[in-house]
Amino acid sequence: MSLTDTGAPAQAAENPPPGPGRRRGLTERLLAVRELSLLLALGALILVTTLRNDRFLSGQSIKDLLLGCAILVILAVGQTLVIVTRNVDLSVGSILGLVAFATGELFLAAPGTPWPVALLLGVALGAVCGVVNGGLIAVAKVPALVITLGTLYAFRGIDYYWAAGRQINAADMPRSFLRLGNQTVLGVPALFLVALIVVAAVGFYLRSYRSGRELYAIGSEPAAARLSGIPVGRRVFAVFVANGALAGLAGVLYAARFGTLDAAAGTGLELQVVAAAVVGGVAIFGGSAYGAALGAVLLTTIGSSLAVLRIDPFWQQAVVGALILAAIGLDRLLALRMAARLRGRSAHGA
Amino acid sequence: MAHDSLYAAPPSAADTEREAGRLAGLRGALGSWDAAIVAALVVAVVLAGLSVPNFATGRNAQFLLLDLVPLALLALPMTLIVITGEIDLSVASMVGLGSTLMGQLWLSSGLSLELICVLVVLLGAAFGAVNGLFVTGFGLPSLAVTIGTLALYRGLSFVVLGDQAVADFPASWTAAAVQTIPGTSIPAAVVPVLLLALVFGVVLHATPAGRALYAMGNNDEAATFAGVSVARTKFWLFVVSGAVCGLAGVFWTLRYASARGDNATGLELTVVTAVLLGGVSIFGGRGGLLGVVAGVLLLGVLRNALQLADVDANALTIVTGTLLIVSVVLPNAVADVRARLHRRRQRAHLTAS
Amino acid sequence: MSPGAPGADSAPLLELDGVTKSFGAVAALRGVHLALHPGEAHALVGENGAGKSTLVKTLAGAHAPDAGRMTLDGRPLQLRGPADARAAGIAVIYQEPTLFPDLSVAENIFMGRQPLRGLRRIDTRAMNRDAERLFERLGVRIDPARPARGLSIADQQLVEIAKALSFDARILVMDEPTAALSGVEVERLFGVARSLCERGAAVLFISHRFDEVFDLCQRITVLRDGAWVSSDRAADLTVDEVVRRMVGREVSSLYPKQDAPLRDTLLEVRGLSRAGVFSDVSFSVRGGEIVALAGLVGAGRSEVARAVFGVDRYDAGEVRVAGRALPPGNPGRAIAAGMALVPEDRRQQGLVMELSVERNATLARRRALSRLGLLLGGAERAEARRWTRRLQVKASRLAAPVATLSGGNQQKVVLAKWLATEPRILIIDEPTRGIDVGTKAEVHRLLSELAGEGLAILMISSELPEVLGMADRVLVMHEGRVVRELPRAEADETSVMYAATGQGAIS
Repeated sequence: MSLTDTGAPAQAAENPPPGPGRRRGLTERLLAVRELSLLLALGALILVTTLRNDRFLSGQSIKDLLLGCAILVILAVGQTLVIVTRNVDLSVGSILGLVAFATGELFLAAPGTPWPVALLLGVALGAVCGVVNGGLIAVAKVPALVITLGTLYAFRGIDYYWAAGRQINAADMPRSFLRLGNQTVLGVPALFLVALIVVAAVGFYLRSYRSGRELYAIGSEPAAARLSGIPVGRRVFAVFVANGALAGLAGVLYAARFGTLDAAAGTGLELQVVAAAVVGGVAIFGGSAYGAALGAVLLTTIGSSLAVLRIDPFWQQAVVGALILAAIGLDRLLALRMAARLRGRSAHGA
Repeated sequence: MAHDSLYAAPPSAADTEREAGRLAGLRGALGSWDAAIVAALVVAVVLAGLSVPNFATGRNAQFLLLDLVPLALLALPMTLIVITGEIDLSVASMVGLGSTLMGQLWLSSGLSLELICVLVVLLGAAFGAVNGLFVTGFGLPSLAVTIGTLALYRGLSFVVLGDQAVADFPASWTAAAVQTIPGTSIPAAVVPVLLLALVFGVVLHATPAGRALYAMGNNDEAATFAGVSVARTKFWLFVVSGAVCGLAGVFWTLRYASARGDNATGLELTVVTAVLLGGVSIFGGRGGLLGVVAGVLLLGVLRNALQLADVDANALTIVTGTLLIVSVVLPNAVADVRARLHRRRQRAHLTAS
Repeated sequence: MSPGAPGADSAPLLELDGVTKSFGAVAALRGVHLALHPGEAHALVGENGAGKSTLVKTLAGAHAPDAGRMTLDGRPLQLRGPADARAAGIAVIYQEPTLFPDLSVAENIFMGRQPLRGLRRIDTRAMNRDAERLFERLGVRIDPARPARGLSIADQQLVEIAKALSFDARILVMDEPTAALSGVEVERLFGVARSLCERGAAVLFISHRFDEVFDLCQRITVLRDGAWVSSDRAADLTVDEVVRRMVGREVSSLYPKQDAPLRDTLLEVRGLSRAGVFSDVSFSVRGGEIVALAGLVGAGRSEVARAVFGVDRYDAGEVRVAGRALPPGNPGRAIAAGMALVPEDRRQQGLVMELSVERNATLARRRALSRLGLLLGGAERAEARRWTRRLQVKASRLAAPVATLSGGNQQKVVLAKWLATEPRILIIDEPTRGIDVGTKAEVHRLLSELAGEGLAILMISSELPEVLGMADRVLVMHEGRVVRELPRAEADETSVMYAATGQGAIS
């Protein structure tokens, strides 16, 4: 895997600093390296798979791939917002399941509902779940891990209680809504376009807006953030609401794509989401939404490649686990090397 | 040991003074968390016995306890790990992997079952060592590492057996797993669990190593200065956790007479819930084994009683989740209110003087 | 507001009256008064633990006072958080830099106030340019686009100063900003502070270095034990007078080191080096001897102590205890060999705050106290009682968390913890930091007593009078090297300070 290629960042650090104005931060460059190596890994994976089976690169196959990763991409981008502030939201799979089922119920109860209304209601329900998470974290002052572990159970339990063993089928939902899940625009699945918009919007926000930068500041050094007058509690709360809303969006899209819904929808998805974000480099140097999205695409592609390469599909989860370990190990290595280089630069510079 | 069993806000050096006040207020408000959880357990048992038909029967007690054996086993090392400020989310996956390895070895190796059991425990220890190596050797956060191995070990357990199940274990073994102590309805499997709990309890509460665990959970730097080998201790805790998971995998396989890749899926969340419900602080450094044992039982009793009362098994996750949230939110909320009252009194006092 | 005027008679810009703040049972500030005038640099002095840092945090909006009034331009000022303080024009440079290591230097400076362009986006180019201008004003070269991680302490401090400058703050609070700076950097910083004053700003300067206080400031306020002692014009005061007010009694009575007969060499350090931290450090300490390791903050003294004790590894050299080599990187073995280290940062390194007094006092002895591998409460309690009695620790109960004790008593618990191991070698880092005057004298008496019993003591101290009063020999470190060794007879303020600032053997 080219993920383990650590030569590039070292070189980047050795380059003499370019003239003022045009230079980019070392962190940014390192992140770019991470995104680049993810792209290379993705390219290598696709190449190898295509060499074994040229149908892998056919139009339909690519369409399937893009469709398959859209929901994970949205969730991973939402998770990025949370992880950047040194928190984690494990309840996203349950929120997705709850919203997906609620969307089905909505169409059962009011078949004539136009799909944009369903979309907005789903996002709103997700945001409400996020408010629960964020509110509890603010009250309890315990790590988000514990609270969202609890709401992972609780939201899923509500889902089961509500569904009471029932299943909602595609026939119960309007066609216009289901088309949203499978329609293509210029050959690209609409779902994937939605995901792209989310990635671009969140990525742009995190990079270019004051409050976005404050999220990084909170994650980088919470105590300093408080002393700098950053409203840490409010920002963290907002991040959970935003992530809940994105999980809600993903839930509605899930309903549109699969049509068949029961209370188990999205079970265990939180692991893949965290994995995508971690593989995308979000655990260290802050990370970016683009990296997380690439991580999600890579994970999905691995799944399809395994099938094409006739590798036992049971390996998929093991590969995900190994990838997480490799990614955080690599991050650690890079961080140590970067720290050593920066120390050197400071000694000469000052 | 009252100070060992309570919660506090996130420890940050600057806030320690405020926390001290918080803690003191908390102790007054709740007494010891251990006592509260034991009391809750007693109340739950009495209420369930009175109101839920078939709860207070020997047969139900047998199944309740049998179902709790894996949870209780995993909660023991988890308690120690959380007290040092780390976490092991891969426990259920290690149980699953242990179970499928046992099935595969039984299916194809021709080894005796005794030897296979020992091997599975040793392999569990090896899986734990991988966790320990990543956490202490490479200095990575245990949360991230064990989320990785959670996926890795679960994936491997599917690789080992695919979606098939191995079920042809000797009947004498599978019967032994559910056997009761003669003359009672208490499963015999409870005895080794209790013995192990005793060992873990003594290690945690009455040995130098136990003192070191609390110290490193509160402040690993100060522990290092006091001569505690923080990394080595944590490494061995992960190894022990893996070995216990192997043991739980053996029990799970025999209890349900089935080795499957999805055995014990999701159990890690219940284990963490039981440990936190038992009064162990997620920040480390605080909690005791008695509270955790009571927490395990409380969780088991509630789930069992609701199941008997015909609540859908899947919907029971609401109970688990709510208990987890309440057990972390309540102590802090109470402490907050008390601290606020205290400040107000102080201010009133100051303006009066 | 007349620029450049001493401002003594103008109305105060910021005034504190009767400000009180306590943490649990500990009163950190008791009715403090402070008036900052425009165009004036005001020094705040006091011993460690006198409440200076709490006052700084109160001005920064990080602590809300329990009682008392603050007024800005004569109007009541209420700070609900650091953002309020910032909005009121108060900039604070903390003792320890508070930077975001993963963000760029420029972002650290302008966090929350980044220059914007269309669509309210951050204008990174303008931000870097502005940062560069600030650094030009300070006369330093730091790349604004690099991350703050890995900056030296001095560079971090400069970034903090640039941040304060970027505010055009009306009130600049500096909490010991010069501790890690070289002479040139200090001069530059003072230049900036003076130019701010000339523009009508008020500066509050906190420092232990009296030459700097008298060099920069027109007015001096003294705090002692959280209470206001005096505020006077600097011109009306002398160093001796300020010290007397800080301490509350004559200084000479504080340091009663008795001569003890010197015994065999117990600790021997040869050629100890750790890349980038210290290099080629050699010294030895004999039984009955107190050797002081002096030098400026950041000279590598604590780092040497940590390496000797085994908390940190070292790249070269060796440590011998009573002639036998000590394996590196293993504090447990160091303790077993009879070494004890009372660390500099008591809260972080010396104590486990939430554990009880008795658990803390016996933590380093937990193996020795166990019987058949079991450690029961009784043994710990008896041991803890013995040592807390000897050191007169004032605690409500031995089972009370150590966090509930006052600073001085916490210090005693740390001492008890290490003395309980009955060491032959005691390394003590800043023995009297953060404790009150009475306890200080007790600690000094105890150290002297322990030396008399034959212990070898290595003492790290930033307080010159303590070094000069207590040490039989003084080793002076500068930038990671031992640059000077002075026997008691030759050690005085000038010789130690000259060596510590790297100015060689001039006297």
